[in-house]
Amino acid sequence: MKTVTLTLAKSPELYIEGQNITPDQFAGKKAAEIASLDVWEGKLKGPLGNYFTVEGDGGATAGETKIVLRGDCTRVKRIGQQMTAGEIVVEGNADMYIGGWMKGGKIHVKGNVDSFCGIGMEGGELIIDGDAGHHLGSSPRGEWRGMQGGLIRVAGNAGNDTATFINGGTIIIGGDADIHISTHGEGGTVIVKGDAKGRVGGQMVKGNIYVYGTIENPLPGFKLVGEVEQEVDGETARFAHHIGDLGERHPVSKGKTVYANLYTRI
Amino acid sequence: MVKKIENVGCPFCGVCCDDLVVTVSDDGKKILEVENACVIGSTVFHRAMSERHTLPRLRQPDGTYKEISYDEAIDYAARVLHNAKKPLIYGFGSTNCEGMAAAAKVAEKAGAVIDNCASICHGSSFLAIFDNGYPSCTLGEVKNRADVIVYWGANPAHAHPRHMSRYSIFPRGFFTGKGHTGRKIVVIDPRHTDTAQMADIHLQVKQGHDYDLFNAFRTVARGHDIPAEVAGVKREDIIEVVDIMKKARFGTIFYGMGLCHSDGRNHNVDIAISLTRDLNDFTKWTIMAMRGHYNITGPGVVWSWQYGFPYCLDLTKRDIAHMNPGETSSVDLAMREEVDAFFNVGTDAAAHFPIEPVKRLRKHPWITVDPHPNMATEISDLHIPVGIVGVEVPGIVYRMDNVPVQYRNVIDPPEGVPSDEELFERIYERLCELEAEDAAKAPAKAVPEGIRAGE
Repeated sequence: MKTVTLTLAKSPELYIEGQNITPDQFAGKKAAEIASLDVWEGKLKGPLGNYFTVEGDGGATAGETKIVLRGDCTRVKRIGQQMTAGEIVVEGNADMYIGGWMKGGKIHVKGNVDSFCGIGMEGGELIIDGDAGHHLGSSPRGEWRGMQGGLIRVAGNAGNDTATFINGGTIIIGGDADIHISTHGEGGTVIVKGDAKGRVGGQMVKGNIYVYGTIENPLPGFKLVGEVEQEVDGETARFAHHIGDLGERHPVSKGKTVYANLYTRI
Repeated sequence: MVKKIENVGCPFCGVCCDDLVVTVSDDGKKILEVENACVIGSTVFHRAMSERHTLPRLRQPDGTYKEISYDEAIDYAARVLHNAKKPLIYGFGSTNCEGMAAAAKVAEKAGAVIDNCASICHGSSFLAIFDNGYPSCTLGEVKNRADVIVYWGANPAHAHPRHMSRYSIFPRGFFTGKGHTGRKIVVIDPRHTDTAQMADIHLQVKQGHDYDLFNAFRTVARGHDIPAEVAGVKREDIIEVVDIMKKARFGTIFYGMGLCHSDGRNHNVDIAISLTRDLNDFTKWTIMAMRGHYNITGPGVVWSWQYGFPYCLDLTKRDIAHMNPGETSSVDLAMREEVDAFFNVGTDAAAHFPIEPVKRLRKHPWITVDPHPNMATEISDLHIPVGIVGVEVPGIVYRMDNVPVQYRNVIDPPEGVPSDEELFERIYERLCELEAEDAAKAPAKAVPEGIRAGE
């Protein structure tokens, strides 16, 4: 695997839209060619080299390319958007849409990210060591087929609207989550290891949610049905099992109604 | 001889009353009387004759305003748009669709973000409608058919003063000959508003917990049990209201800022739409947003037609329209310091935005287009006065139920004062000139635009 190191040399006045910062775009390109890829700042289109110093060449394919971003990327959007393979490491913070519409590969952000990260994700891994903003692993606006697959792991807290319209894949939040988890969910798993503020699983059809801490405002549409012991993220624990959202439509499979499951740790 | 003009449309709220009678002086310059309008609507007409400027005003180094010609103002505005990396054009609550279309043309040319007041108002309704559809109807259908009306988080007694008398509670329609005696009114609001005063049932929901209450309504509608109290409302009351809703012949939920501006925003509207859909398993139910200004529905319709999105349009890539509120919405752009010029059109961002985004926008050039002085004009670099739509300028407006209404003018604008449409067309022409000047200075291109030499 070959490594391309981008170091932010000049901070943008506004924000950089770096949808070209992906192993797919860098693959098969020399450092100079990578530096001439387009990025946007507002309505101005310019080469990547205007903002970053580029060291190292891309690998032959996306899978053989690793990108390391150094410097403060707090004002860089869309890193790793639509990537299919390879690896990206962001040494600090990053802005919005990190790993949006991602299909494969791995992104590791060592700092915090802003909103809309991992939206419309189909596969791959998105690891965030800090906090995530709103709409983590959510569906893009108006899209009723949300996250399809892959894994998002956030060590810190997440904002609101996590996993809206989730269809598949797993989201693990190490800290607390704000309101709205798996709203309109039709599958997938969300694990919140801290507390959840409320509206957990609203309008949810199918799928699983695990909350280790407390839910400040549980929804009236969820009903306690029993206790279960389950292995979650490598550890076994006892959970109170709720089904819902009883206000929402639910499919019937083999004569049984399929509900969404909400597990709270006992 | 004074002139009485009948069937005049009112340029105030989203109800768009079209039965006003305006009396103008015999020289056609003064409005003497306005009949049928509410007090706010009537003020819009009377205020047309006071506090007007007839020339643009440019901020001077000493902080005062100096009057300049329209040509100078248009050149200044075009240069600001041309030189900015990401200008923001915001407003359009109170202008006509022609002006909105012309402004969008300017935004596309300038590579700007164009947004309307829905961004801080019913924008969350759009997001819910994208996600969940919009089982709506026209206000005429409500008047003629509805026997159960729900106002959820809306206070029309103050915000849409003639809504209840023209369309919802009081009118006698084709199938609703008994007027208000044949209708059940439910108001759901944390406060005991003047609208709640008129209701048969008022549910005092705990502020910010509308989503939970909707969830309880839906759960009950599907025949499941709920806790003894949800969001501060007792189980019996919820069951009673759900029963009334199921037994209605035709019902409408009117919702307002109580849903759009409490926690969850679009999700509150989203679940209200889900409830409406559920109720259609039993009887006919519809839902409608209580849109604020008389033509705030307009930019949604006009820009959806032009670009496919109703608001928060990022046109910086020019041939690709991008929309994602949270990123491309005005307040977020300002808070994140993502824009470097601000154009405030037919609204008052200085009064309506929180103070922090106003401060951040004020670091950059700020231009206000408005007939009257307001808070925004007082902190602007440039104020360009225009004619008042519905009073001095005719045009198309969209009512809150997406019905277009042709407005007319009752008097003429002060001499030399253009309409929004004329102003934006002139800015567009000036922008084209500036672009041509730039192109003339740049080296000759051997390849078509969009492809760099060497590719």
